[in-house]
Amino acid sequence: MANEKFDAIVVGAGPSGNAAAYTLAKAGLQVLQIERGEYPGSKNVQGAILYSDALEKIIPDFRDDAPLERHIIEQRMWMLDEHSFVGTHYRSDDYNKPPYNRYTIIRAQFDKWFSSKVREAGALLICETTVEHLLMDGERVMGVHCDRLGGDVFADVVILADGVNSTLARKAGFHGELSAKNVALAVKEILFMPEETIQARFNINEEEGVVIEMMGSVTEGMVGTGFLYTNKDSLTIGVGCMLADFKSNPNRTAPYALLEKLKQHPSIAPLIEGGEMKEYCAHLIPEGGFNAVPKVYGEGWMIVGDSGGFVNAAHREGSNLAMTSGRLAAETVIQAKAAGKPMSARTLKAYKDALDQSFVMKDLKKYRRLPEVLEKSPQFFTAYPGLVNNAAKTLFTVDGVDKMTKQREVMGSFTAARSLRGLLGDAFRLWRATR
Amino acid sequence: MHIVVCIKQVPDSAQIRVHPVTNTIMRQGVPAIVNPYDLFALEEALRLKDEFGGRVTMLCMGPPQAEDALRKCISFGATDAILVTDRAFAGADTLATSYALAAAIRKIAQEQAVDLVFTGKQTIDGDTAQVGPGVAKRLGLNLLTYVSRVVKVDLDARRLQVERRAEGGVQLLDTTLPSLITMLEGTNEMRFAGMDDMLRAARFPVRRWNKEDAGIEDLTKIGLKGSPTVVSKVFGPTPRSQKADLMSVVDTSLNDVTLNLLDKIFTQHPLLEEEIVSQLSV
Amino acid sequence: MSEAAKPAAPRPAGRAGRNMELPEHLKAYKGVWVFIEHDRGQVHTVSWELLGAGRVLADKLGVTLHGVILGGPDEPLDSFAKEAYAFGADTCYVMRDPVLKGYRNEPFTKGLTDLVNQYQPEIVLLGATTMGRDLAGSVATTLATGLTADCTELNIDGTTRALAATRPTFGGSLLCTIMTLAYRPQMATVRPRVMPMPRRDASRSGTITEATLGMIETDIVTKLLAFIPDAKRNTVNLAYADVIVSGGKGLKHPDNFKLVWDLARVLGAEVGATRPVVQAGWVEAERQVGQTGKTVRPKLYIAAGISGAIQHRVGMEAADVIVAINTDANAPIFDFAHFGIVGNALQVLPALTEAFRARLTPQIRKVA
Repeated sequence: MANEKFDAIVVGAGPSGNAAAYTLAKAGLQVLQIERGEYPGSKNVQGAILYSDALEKIIPDFRDDAPLERHIIEQRMWMLDEHSFVGTHYRSDDYNKPPYNRYTIIRAQFDKWFSSKVREAGALLICETTVEHLLMDGERVMGVHCDRLGGDVFADVVILADGVNSTLARKAGFHGELSAKNVALAVKEILFMPEETIQARFNINEEEGVVIEMMGSVTEGMVGTGFLYTNKDSLTIGVGCMLADFKSNPNRTAPYALLEKLKQHPSIAPLIEGGEMKEYCAHLIPEGGFNAVPKVYGEGWMIVGDSGGFVNAAHREGSNLAMTSGRLAAETVIQAKAAGKPMSARTLKAYKDALDQSFVMKDLKKYRRLPEVLEKSPQFFTAYPGLVNNAAKTLFTVDGVDKMTKQREVMGSFTAARSLRGLLGDAFRLWRATR
Repeated sequence: MHIVVCIKQVPDSAQIRVHPVTNTIMRQGVPAIVNPYDLFALEEALRLKDEFGGRVTMLCMGPPQAEDALRKCISFGATDAILVTDRAFAGADTLATSYALAAAIRKIAQEQAVDLVFTGKQTIDGDTAQVGPGVAKRLGLNLLTYVSRVVKVDLDARRLQVERRAEGGVQLLDTTLPSLITMLEGTNEMRFAGMDDMLRAARFPVRRWNKEDAGIEDLTKIGLKGSPTVVSKVFGPTPRSQKADLMSVVDTSLNDVTLNLLDKIFTQHPLLEEEIVSQLSV
Repeated sequence: MSEAAKPAAPRPAGRAGRNMELPEHLKAYKGVWVFIEHDRGQVHTVSWELLGAGRVLADKLGVTLHGVILGGPDEPLDSFAKEAYAFGADTCYVMRDPVLKGYRNEPFTKGLTDLVNQYQPEIVLLGATTMGRDLAGSVATTLATGLTADCTELNIDGTTRALAATRPTFGGSLLCTIMTLAYRPQMATVRPRVMPMPRRDASRSGTITEATLGMIETDIVTKLLAFIPDAKRNTVNLAYADVIVSGGKGLKHPDNFKLVWDLARVLGAEVGATRPVVQAGWVEAERQVGQTGKTVRPKLYIAAGISGAIQHRVGMEAADVIVAINTDANAPIFDFAHFGIVGNALQVLPALTEAFRARLTPQIRKVA
């Protein structure tokens, strides 16, 4: 009984850990999953959008019993200044044709459901247990040591799915300290509201959902975004900024203060009016992108999910990359086992290769310059929102001033703020960062 | 020694909120836990098992997900676990619940005679403390409630001594086995499960009994049918017609607010000031 | 007694599978009974409180109110009966027997059950004390009838003449009204201090009906070997305090509870606390005010850093004057407090302490 050996140990029961454990267990491997929280998801926080594509590849019929809030039919992108916003909306009835592409979810319930699937598939799950360090034999990971009596468990491979602030990987030397420049701190609230009110305010029907992504004055010049999602009978509203920016902000604005300000914005306040706060939480989000992805495999170990920095900040996608990385890691192990290969770094390299060939690394690579560009170009968060909003105001206000004058006024404001060179430079930088 | 411990899986009521509009309970996301009072009963049972050897069988009447609660008890060291689950039990009040549990314990005793039954003092969702006494009565077990300490157990002489909390003091009671003990909270400290126990619990095949397996013969005694008490309505508390006289310290100095408050209180309740002063003068 | 899974909107009578109609043979059950709890020569005041409540119920039903007293032959049961009349009882059933000296479940269950079967009351009330709850559960199960625990309100339903017992549910978040429509007697327990103490009328008198238990000591398996009284040190007398200052989780840190003690000292008050605070170990369990703690009826109750959830509310809302301090203007406590300060208790408490001290201390008369 003591010092048992498994095919694989998965540390963490969040989306990436569950994806890995499920895939492994379904293939008949002996999997032990270890979660430090009271129950799966208790330590997890997310804005809460589920990307069907990633989950479909793991549990094709997830829609049968997964707790899903609303399927998203409209995406709104807003650029806010203090009192106004300029926005672009995309809404399509195509999104109403099943199978639906994105859903809003409530993390606590979703993780519980996913975890029950993992256990149904045959994996063993223990909670309230923390893996204190990895058991190493030289470079090779042999297993884990937990904070319970007799807490050494061995496995052919250990998959680290223990989140953005993984101490395990750090302790083992697989990656360095988390830099404040590579992580964002986000806070969110869930506000309770009757279904009918949500549907009336957001112009949707039952089961339909809206996502609003915001940037601009909400982050007081710091690099970050805000978001508002419609759940079945609640709204999720949140804001997050680079941790480094919070630290260097002369006003020392706290994250929850930012959220309060967002909630009071004249365009947001009416949408959330009457909502009763049901949950408040904060979390760190990896933002370093491609350049911050550490080594994700080694002798007897792999890293999946936030711990590997698999978050596409530009598109605010994280859980789909997490689940996909979990699945790919599991598939690598399954193939290796079937071929009788040892879980060496050479074998596990196939995981990284699979990642590189998937959208995960391809998207991260595409946006690899974005973090740096944004860091060096605060004007996207300071000057532009104001400029764009004022431009809109000027052009849409009918006050007897002729249109040519208005046009010149708008162009003038932009060049005054940024100079022509600056404008072209900004356009170029943005193009480079996102191509 | 064979001890049966009855537990209930309950929503963590500390986290339950009430919907501001519909007045219903918002139970989503509220984790289900082992009724905290039951853990003191379990720990006591495990201590006796450590001392005398034998088995601790967990018993729970509940929906399928209550299996997690039983599993947790296995991780602390319980030997076996049975979940009595059946749609027919839905809506049971404490009389119907004690009927079902008593039937199940009789079944368990057929496999191995039961020396002691433990329950927690009460549940945090029902708070009635009635199921323990009900089960004892039905099984003809000596009832020992609010037990703060098991003083001694003599398996050969079939005798048991406990300390029982009463008003103003503690009763020292001596009785025979088998008995049913409802355990007071704060009487012991739960042990920390080792890795072996956690793995054993994760793998443990919790037994599931439906009403037939539990030996229930009279269906009119379970579920809604077997519940004499009827919930005629559920409601939120009515706010008083007059809301509180509120003062804020935001715009007014703290000093002014407190002086203002004392003035208001003692002007509206003149006798109060005199009463407080009299008490202080004693 | 209900732990129904999902209480819905009011259920209409005659719902499939449930007997909501009182069978003919049970319609003969008449009268309201109150179990008079006593120990070592003293009656627990909850019994008098229940006589007060019982009187109201009996009057509404037009029936008589009875005290039920079980005890040893050398205990002052007759004087207990006299007191019971003073507090509203019409008659008392008295069962004297050596085996009833000192509470034990077995003889008391048999005694009360036999009395009920013989004299057939429609309602039986007991205090929700350790004795009352021990006894009520056993008796209700023996009689196979409905028992509702920890009621905060007792009424008679006009249409059915049934007892409508209200109690908190779901850990105290909501209230529910429970009835036992098809079984008799209807049993209920009520916590001490929930019902007001009735007026004592020494001119009232009544009659005693003697009853026999029919058990001998050798029948009874459980022996009471000893009673160990609690040490007198620091007994917390929360239930009967006139002024109480309570603190909740809004105080953030156990060290801050000192501010509650400071104010209590100036007011000569007892200190109370909410369940989360007690569970976190900031103060001893005896100080818990609320549904699973103590019910209090002080003249002045000051609640600092307490949100006012029902669990706590039902324990103190009968206070004459309630003052609440909370940073959240929408906290439920302001729905039923009389006065409120919207502010941080950590600052308000010291200010209040000073204000009370400045006002009251000069008035204190020193006893020469």
